[in-house]
Amino acid sequence: MKITFDWLKDHLKTNLKEKNLLEQLTNIGLEVESVESLSSDNQLFKVAKIIKTEKHPNADRLKVCDVNVGEKELKKVVCGATNASEGLITIYAPPGAIIPKTNTKLEIAKIRGVTSYGMLCSESELNLSDESDGITELSKKHEKNIGKSFFSKSKSNLIDLSITPNRPDCLGVKGIARDLAASGFGRLIASKEKKIKLKTKQTLKVKINKEKGQGCSAFGSCLIKNVKNTESPQWLKDKLISVGQKPISAIVDITNYVMLDINRPLHAYDADKIEKGIFVRNSKSGEEFTALDNKIYKLEKGMCVISDNKGVLGLGGIIGGTRSGTEFDTKNILLESAYFDPRSIRNTAKKLNLDTDAKFRFERGIDPLSIETGLKKAASLIQEICGGEVSKIDIQKTESYKTKIINFDVNSFENIVGFKISEKEIQRILTDLGFIIKKEKNSLKLIVPSWRPDISQQIDIIEELVRISGYDKIKTIDPIKDRSKSTLTQTQRLFHFLQRAIASKGYLETITWSFTDQSYNNHFREAGKEIKIVNPISSELGVLRNSIFSNLIMYMSKNLDRGFKDLSIFEIGPVFTGSNPGEQKTVVCGLSAGKKSRLSWIDKERNIDLFDAKRDVVQTLSEAGYNSDHFFIDSKTPNYYHPGKSGRIFLDHSKDKVAAYFGEIHPNILKKIDIKTENLIGFEIFLENLKLSRKTLKDQKLKFSVSDFQKSERDFAFVVNKDVEAQELISVISNVNPNLISNIKVFDVYEGENIPDNQKSIAISITIQSSEKTLNDKDLEKINNSIIEAVENKTGAKIRS
Amino acid sequence: MSDLKKIRDEFTLKLKGKLDLAELNQIKSDLFGKNGLVSSQFKKIGTIDASERKKFASDLNIIKDELQDLINLKINEIEKVNINEKLEKEKIDVTLPERTFVRGKIHPVSQTIDEISSIFSEIGFSVEEGPDVENEYNNFTALNTPDNHPARDMHDTFYLDEKKERLLRTHTSPVQIRTMLKDKPPFKIIAPGRTYRSDSDQTHSPMFHQVEGLHIDKNINMGHLKGCLNYFIKEFFEVKKIKMRFRPSHFPFTEPSAEVDIGYEIKDGKIIIGEGDQWLEILGCGMVHPNVLKNVKVDPANFQGYAFGIGIDRLAMLKYGINDLRAFFDCDYRWLNHFGFDPLDVPTNYRGLSR
Repeated sequence: MKITFDWLKDHLKTNLKEKNLLEQLTNIGLEVESVESLSSDNQLFKVAKIIKTEKHPNADRLKVCDVNVGEKELKKVVCGATNASEGLITIYAPPGAIIPKTNTKLEIAKIRGVTSYGMLCSESELNLSDESDGITELSKKHEKNIGKSFFSKSKSNLIDLSITPNRPDCLGVKGIARDLAASGFGRLIASKEKKIKLKTKQTLKVKINKEKGQGCSAFGSCLIKNVKNTESPQWLKDKLISVGQKPISAIVDITNYVMLDINRPLHAYDADKIEKGIFVRNSKSGEEFTALDNKIYKLEKGMCVISDNKGVLGLGGIIGGTRSGTEFDTKNILLESAYFDPRSIRNTAKKLNLDTDAKFRFERGIDPLSIETGLKKAASLIQEICGGEVSKIDIQKTESYKTKIINFDVNSFENIVGFKISEKEIQRILTDLGFIIKKEKNSLKLIVPSWRPDISQQIDIIEELVRISGYDKIKTIDPIKDRSKSTLTQTQRLFHFLQRAIASKGYLETITWSFTDQSYNNHFREAGKEIKIVNPISSELGVLRNSIFSNLIMYMSKNLDRGFKDLSIFEIGPVFTGSNPGEQKTVVCGLSAGKKSRLSWIDKERNIDLFDAKRDVVQTLSEAGYNSDHFFIDSKTPNYYHPGKSGRIFLDHSKDKVAAYFGEIHPNILKKIDIKTENLIGFEIFLENLKLSRKTLKDQKLKFSVSDFQKSERDFAFVVNKDVEAQELISVISNVNPNLISNIKVFDVYEGENIPDNQKSIAISITIQSSEKTLNDKDLEKINNSIIEAVENKTGAKIRS
Repeated sequence: MSDLKKIRDEFTLKLKGKLDLAELNQIKSDLFGKNGLVSSQFKKIGTIDASERKKFASDLNIIKDELQDLINLKINEIEKVNINEKLEKEKIDVTLPERTFVRGKIHPVSQTIDEISSIFSEIGFSVEEGPDVENEYNNFTALNTPDNHPARDMHDTFYLDEKKERLLRTHTSPVQIRTMLKDKPPFKIIAPGRTYRSDSDQTHSPMFHQVEGLHIDKNINMGHLKGCLNYFIKEFFEVKKIKMRFRPSHFPFTEPSAEVDIGYEIKDGKIIIGEGDQWLEILGCGMVHPNVLKNVKVDPANFQGYAFGIGIDRLAMLKYGINDLRAFFDCDYRWLNHFGFDPLDVPTNYRGLSR
């Protein structure tokens, strides 16, 4: 909502300064978005007279004009307008002026070799009208103004307010003045209604169809005959220009002025173009009309239209049509002032994707009791400027406005707000805001002003009171440092632990969008449901991610393109399994590219591999409190992993839920997305699949006991079939005698010479220690044999001699 | 001169000369070996006349100890020389680079969430969460924003179905609804998380982060709200004093509603929070609307309280001098490395929020 202090003063008597005004507006909830100084720029545009014109020496269509701009010397201006002729009074813009239409700053320029000092302006360039054919022609009356500024000097800056959607009344200057007055910023000036004689009858029949979903509940109108539509007088033009509106013609300007002044949208029809009366009705499916924005709209069934016998004239409360629009030659007009239901307006505008000033106002709620006031205010102005006879006012209604009454408990204010104001002050504020108050025993009976659709219950009154009293009066009550419930749940703590555990292993945490590119997502979706966004920001962000990998790979690729080779990144966040709330999982997803070590003076080069990822995952899980001795690992993984170089981890042998996957990303995917790196390794940890222990970590721990008896290390080499997994051997060995076998370590895996095809040798070092005694050779021999026997029997291995 | 003295004099002289380890070992073996001079003398003890035996044995022992000490001394001397020689040879250029290490980092948004949680933890708030996909009811209707309410225009919503029943939450406020439906009052929660609006330009990202706050109890009023936020902002920006302004505003789910500005100034191109005469909007808040309480079966006659919503990304930008919101989600290695936090820097009360 754009206003000026000058316009406000039409409704507000105040001695305060603009600086105070800006503060006060913000203090009462009418936030000042920006303040723009219009006048200083406008003052540069001068009334000027062309003294002499010559043909441009180098261009047929251009003229070189000597222009009197009120200074001693004439200015040389190059101009292309056909109407630029000697003696013409027009508007001159000097270098430095900003042309309102294009927002460009003029400079002294050579045009085809001739220097032009400024410019002669068309009306369109000055946003005065759409007239762009030729430069502005001013009447002889302006001769005395040569050298003076064309625009009246406005002391007022343009103030742009951000009006919240609950305050339609403040979409009119008067509403803002009322709020200011209530807050002590000046006094509201009572509007004076100019008396006009309403002699004739409104002869054009208006009917609101009674039908289901009728969006119009009242339609007021009056006929004004024999008008002479003209340009608006300067004061009106200035007023509209001062808030950034473009003057069009007196009739249109007046309706706009009334709308901006008291938030009462009006519409003027050329009465002669209406065929036999007005019908307000629901549209039929497929009806069409050309709106004032010169677009043809095809309507759906049930939209509120103003029509005549021939068809649709306009969409009620949204936009008028070209067929019945007013022109400069319009003689008889029908002025409409109606009430349209916000819901209906909003539905229609949404369906047609239409946004107009009228729509903006009606969907927020127009004062239903302003129909007559608006008509009278506009009609009297039209009569004053355009002449004509005004008919009596006709108001058709299907519903009457019902007064809203609220019983207000005065004590409720302090209860919510925390400070107290006197009942007297309460009454004063509410009266100033337009409430009518009846004092009752324990409460105030309040009649809500008709322009406040936002007020319907006690809390709304409290808001009004605290808003006008000032939020600075609210006391600051310091919080008490007391905690009765733990801040984080166990799951949340695990989330944060995993996040930092992974980061501590050299991964950079990223946050990527929850949506992703469909084609990337499909690589990682498996059998998961594709979840499309109906209105994505772009087609590349069209689906919710089924896996974090899609985004990580995309960004990994970008970073590799930046020239970084060895990178580890991760994200902890949601992936989606369906489009219902809750159909999501929290995943820690990591991705590493390139080499673990590059050539250096001290280390050998090595590509990153899946055992790096496996270490990061296993270490993280064990840091998080899960015993890695119990983990079970196999090689069944989703198909976006390399089928032979990936694995999944279960927290124990029950293989209940997959705790994590790790492995190389499938080479086919790397090929398809053309990512260039030595190796790409990823992992996923599934937060919800990690069982939370009911016991604390402290309680999970066994009693502390260590053995000080001598330990022995024994090495074994077993030859087994290739498909036998190391995990199986380890499991068999650890079960031989858990009391004596304290550590098992695979130190070599060998295939090739001396080993039969399809077989491999696994060398294992086993630590044997008793907690009861030092084992002698005989004891050790015994356990050695048990180990060999068990491994050979259960895995088909042979001890290598 | 007795044999003993002779041995002593001869070998003392020898041991005072320059010897290497091999020569020394030879001397050791000459004296104390199986048939060494000293060892032989010991074997002789039995043959000596009883009257002199005692003195002989005593003298022999003294000589033995003397020579042995001399030898040990010499060994130490030589070893010391040898080690020094060896160390001299082993000198390495320690300015050569160490083995490479990589540092992981925590994203500034995650760090900021932890800071926020830490601050609110002190005054008794606990952390709640809700799903990213919400239904239309929780995101709008229950929050007193019925269909066709113009306030819905301010939220450019991503929808997941044509009927507009499933959507990506446009704010963290639906967590209020979920929390209050699930439990009984009092409520004292914060809910940080991802939020989505179909808006994308220099200052808007289609995904961003908010933290919701909700405190409902018997007598919670706007003074508590002001106190809570004042405390939070001061703690978060780690300043002693903060200039703060509550401005009336409108949100469908709170009434009275406020927007909160903090004072700032630009000094040497850097933003200083808490002072100055410029205002910066940082959050929206208000008293939970009675309609919302009714929607979640909390009796507004008995319970009341406040709610607030803060943009986390924005807080992080202000505190850590980050200019571009979009960069948060661009995953540029250089940016993450520059603005990220060491994982060991867990914000806590006793160690301070930030270093």
